[in-house]
Amino acid sequence: MNPANYLYLAALLFTIGAAGVLIRRNAIVVFMCVELMLNACNLAFVTFSRMHGNLDGQVIAFFTMVVAAAEVVVGLAIIVSIFRSRHSASVDDANLMKL
Amino acid sequence: METLIGLLVAAPLLGAAVLLIGGRRLDRSGHLLGTLLALVSFAFAVVLFADMLGKSADHRTLTSTLFTWVPVESFQAQVGFQLDQLSMTFVLLITGVGSLIHIYSIGYMEHDENRRKFFGFLNLFLAAMLLLVLADNYFLLYAGWEGVGLASYLLIGFWQHKPSAATAAKKAFLVNRVGDIGLSVAIMLMFTTFGSFTFADVLPAAAKAGSAQHATITGIGFMLLLAACGKSAQVPLQSWLGDAMEGPTPVSALIHAATMVTAGVYLITRSGAIFNAAPDAQVAVVTVGAVTLLFGAIVGCAKDDIKKALAGSTMSQIGYMIMAAGLGPIGYVFAIMHLVTHGFFKAGLFLGAGSVMHGMNDEVDMRRYGGLRKFMPITFVTFGLGYLAIIGFPGLSGFFSKDKIIEAAFAKGGTEGWILGGCAMLGAAITAFYMTRVMLMTFFGEKRWVPDAEGHEPHPHESPSVMTIPMIILAFGSVFAGGLFSLNSRFVHWLEPVTGYSEGDSPVSTGAVTAGTLVLLVVGVGIAWLMYGRRPVPAVAPRGSLLTRAARRDLLQDDFNHVVLVRGGEHLTRSLVYLDHSLVDGVVNGTAASVGGLSGRLRKLQNGYVRSYAVSMLGGTAVVVAATLLMRAV
Amino acid sequence: MMTALSTLASSPAVQLAATTSRTSTGEAVQFWVLATIAVLGALGTVLMKKSVHSALSLAGTMIVLAVFYLAQGAYFLGIVQIVVYTGAIMMLFLFVVMLVGITAADSLKETLKGQRWMAAGCGIGFGILLIAGIGNASLDTFAGAGQANSGGNVQGLARLVFTNYVWAFEITGALLITAAVGAMVLTHRERTEERRTQRELSEARVRDGLQVTPLPPPGTYARHNAVDIPALLPDGSTSDLSVSSTLRDRGQIRDVSTDAMRRLAALDQSAAEWLGRKGLKAEDVTGAGEIATSASDRAEEGAK
Repeated sequence: MNPANYLYLAALLFTIGAAGVLIRRNAIVVFMCVELMLNACNLAFVTFSRMHGNLDGQVIAFFTMVVAAAEVVVGLAIIVSIFRSRHSASVDDANLMKL
Repeated sequence: METLIGLLVAAPLLGAAVLLIGGRRLDRSGHLLGTLLALVSFAFAVVLFADMLGKSADHRTLTSTLFTWVPVESFQAQVGFQLDQLSMTFVLLITGVGSLIHIYSIGYMEHDENRRKFFGFLNLFLAAMLLLVLADNYFLLYAGWEGVGLASYLLIGFWQHKPSAATAAKKAFLVNRVGDIGLSVAIMLMFTTFGSFTFADVLPAAAKAGSAQHATITGIGFMLLLAACGKSAQVPLQSWLGDAMEGPTPVSALIHAATMVTAGVYLITRSGAIFNAAPDAQVAVVTVGAVTLLFGAIVGCAKDDIKKALAGSTMSQIGYMIMAAGLGPIGYVFAIMHLVTHGFFKAGLFLGAGSVMHGMNDEVDMRRYGGLRKFMPITFVTFGLGYLAIIGFPGLSGFFSKDKIIEAAFAKGGTEGWILGGCAMLGAAITAFYMTRVMLMTFFGEKRWVPDAEGHEPHPHESPSVMTIPMIILAFGSVFAGGLFSLNSRFVHWLEPVTGYSEGDSPVSTGAVTAGTLVLLVVGVGIAWLMYGRRPVPAVAPRGSLLTRAARRDLLQDDFNHVVLVRGGEHLTRSLVYLDHSLVDGVVNGTAASVGGLSGRLRKLQNGYVRSYAVSMLGGTAVVVAATLLMRAV
Repeated sequence: MMTALSTLASSPAVQLAATTSRTSTGEAVQFWVLATIAVLGALGTVLMKKSVHSALSLAGTMIVLAVFYLAQGAYFLGIVQIVVYTGAIMMLFLFVVMLVGITAADSLKETLKGQRWMAAGCGIGFGILLIAGIGNASLDTFAGAGQANSGGNVQGLARLVFTNYVWAFEITGALLITAAVGAMVLTHRERTEERRTQRELSEARVRDGLQVTPLPPPGTYARHNAVDIPALLPDGSTSDLSVSSTLRDRGQIRDVSTDAMRRLAALDQSAAEWLGRKGLKAEDVTGAGEIATSASDRAEEGAK
């Protein structure tokens, strides 16, 4: 097996995640889909690291995780406060920013 | 000594700054400070004058350069002063008469709550005028020129609570601006032609200029004439002078006698070398002068307002000076000499008029005066001496200076000389008429007093001595100045090194001119006495002839301006507005509308749904990836 | 599980020689099996109606990815993936799901016109492009992780993180702190009025005149003290007020007030049968229960 298959898998997972962001309305699920996309990227980074025979890819993946953690913390806090004020976690209900 | 020149300007400037910045705490002493600084300036002038007299005629010019004002490559504007005999004459007149007017104003403005501000403005006026006559280059002269315009605006509109005063101030400022354009264009032309604008560079260069530069020099001359017309109220820019009477009377005296209107004469005399090299411009100058001297005299005949009658007279007398200045070296000296004598008697006349108004509840209509000579003896005598001086009564100062101008006009030679001389003599006759009219209506005849708007009966009384003493001093000047100057041609010798002088070749003998003028004088006085002295003066002005009615309306000057400039301007503006609305706005609005329509459609994309935005993001990313792959494939 | 992972990590499939183009068959089998699970998990995340199910599917995918990391020699990341991602982050997700409402099933019906088609178009197009891009690249040979991991994977990562990437590391640290503070700020609720004291609360109760005393507690029978059994009123009927309103709404109140009588009647009947006597009938007891219910209704009205 060619390790490039990991990359195809990563591409597939990323696309599924992106489609989920576009289709789902529940903000939490949208967030999960974003996490899925980040994880797909991490998989690609780890595979690249193996292909090149150095650890830089893994370091980047590590940083991605840290940033993802920060993002989740803030994102979920936002969802909670939106839910508190609007009693809805649907991204379509927060559509005030339009012309 | 050179330092004193700077201090001469600085003293009144300091007074203006202190009085205007100092605020209300100076209200009680401000007028004294202003007067003191004017006197200090006069003292400096006297010291400088004494110093100058001690030197030989060719070494009398003092220069003093303080600093470089605008240093830009070859454009080096210096703040430099030049004090020669011409400047000295003006400085003495400005500070001397100016100081007297300051003293007079202490009494005249006693009850005005803004007296401190008034004295601040007066000081500013003096400083600007001194800067104007002391500058050693046209650029600095322009600064003084504008300062004079500003100060006159402030002073004419001093009682700005009266709409008429505010309008008059604006009118004076705007008309002056028209003239200022002439001066600024002239300076630009000088700089491009001669590469400099100092008197020391420009004037000799103009005198030596070849025929190639002739057209440019003529242009400069015309532009300087335009400037002089604005400042000195010559036709066609004379309309502001009559309205300027809305200011307090000392201001009128200052504007008419010592500052402001004399600036135009100074400019033309100072630029004599340029005019000598441009005969066409000189013709224009004498034409303007001759027209104005008749124009002002005719206007002066018809006015019932004492100050406006005197204003017409000023216009006429300045017309004499401009005409004399336009005659070239035969006239410069007499223009300045008439300017000085006129400074004395016109200041005296205005202060006298102010004194009369002071005693008559600020009434200005001469038809409501009459018989005042018994009630105001000092005013009557000083005013009377001023009157005799201005009509050219033999032996008084006006006689010497005006006579010389008429002689010089004849000396111009040819048809031109006859026309100019005729105009000047006719002007002298009319002057005698209208001044006699003023004198008779004011001081002689029956009382025609009426109560003022609040019902106070006028109680004419002599003004306080702080007002009468300046009038007495000026009366002395009116009587003796001319004789003093003419003795041994003293004034001619004094000014000759600066302005040059040549005896004209007059076709008419001096004696004939003098005799003719005297005859005309008697005729003018006689007609006036027949009309106003023998018969009682009607309290309401008769309808009068067509000319009289036109003269009452300043010979339709304002109507002319209104029809030609205001209406024309309005039409031009309207058509421009139409063009703007239909063409420019059409293009602009059309563009805006099409952009707006497009945006309205694009706006639908901004529906506020995060997921739609996410679709566009993903689509955009897909496009970027596709582009990357394509570029790699290529 | 951890032991299984560590055996995987140290399996010969991972320890490959440098520069080769094939992986071991074992890794291939493992890939195809686990990749299927990962894709199914991802699809589950997107398509499950309830967010809890989505979260669980995502957790499954993440564990599979952790295995892939370990298989590719990224031991540290594999463990971090499990501990931080699956352990911490997914739990955070579940907490929020709980806060926001576990029962709210998301309708998958699309409300935005054309959104689904555009999403499908963009998604498929993007996926195809991505896969085409990878297929286009020359990836026939690879170096393998053996050389890089020779000094230990964690040590190697640490060396990089604290040398080449130290600046990024510090920045991400600052980012994390900011995020933590930000989350606190976002979820902090400002109290706009003073907290009411016990005294004020009781005074308000007396002023309103609703129910001054505490509500009657449930389960006053000696034999039954469960929360779903109402208290008895003096007339023998039950008080619904003594039971939680949730149970009341669900109709899960257990009325045992008649049980004793019924049991007594049954006892009497069996005794009578045994003695050949005629005893009390069970119907009479039922009638008594009906009276008790109406009495409890009256008591409730009085309380209101």
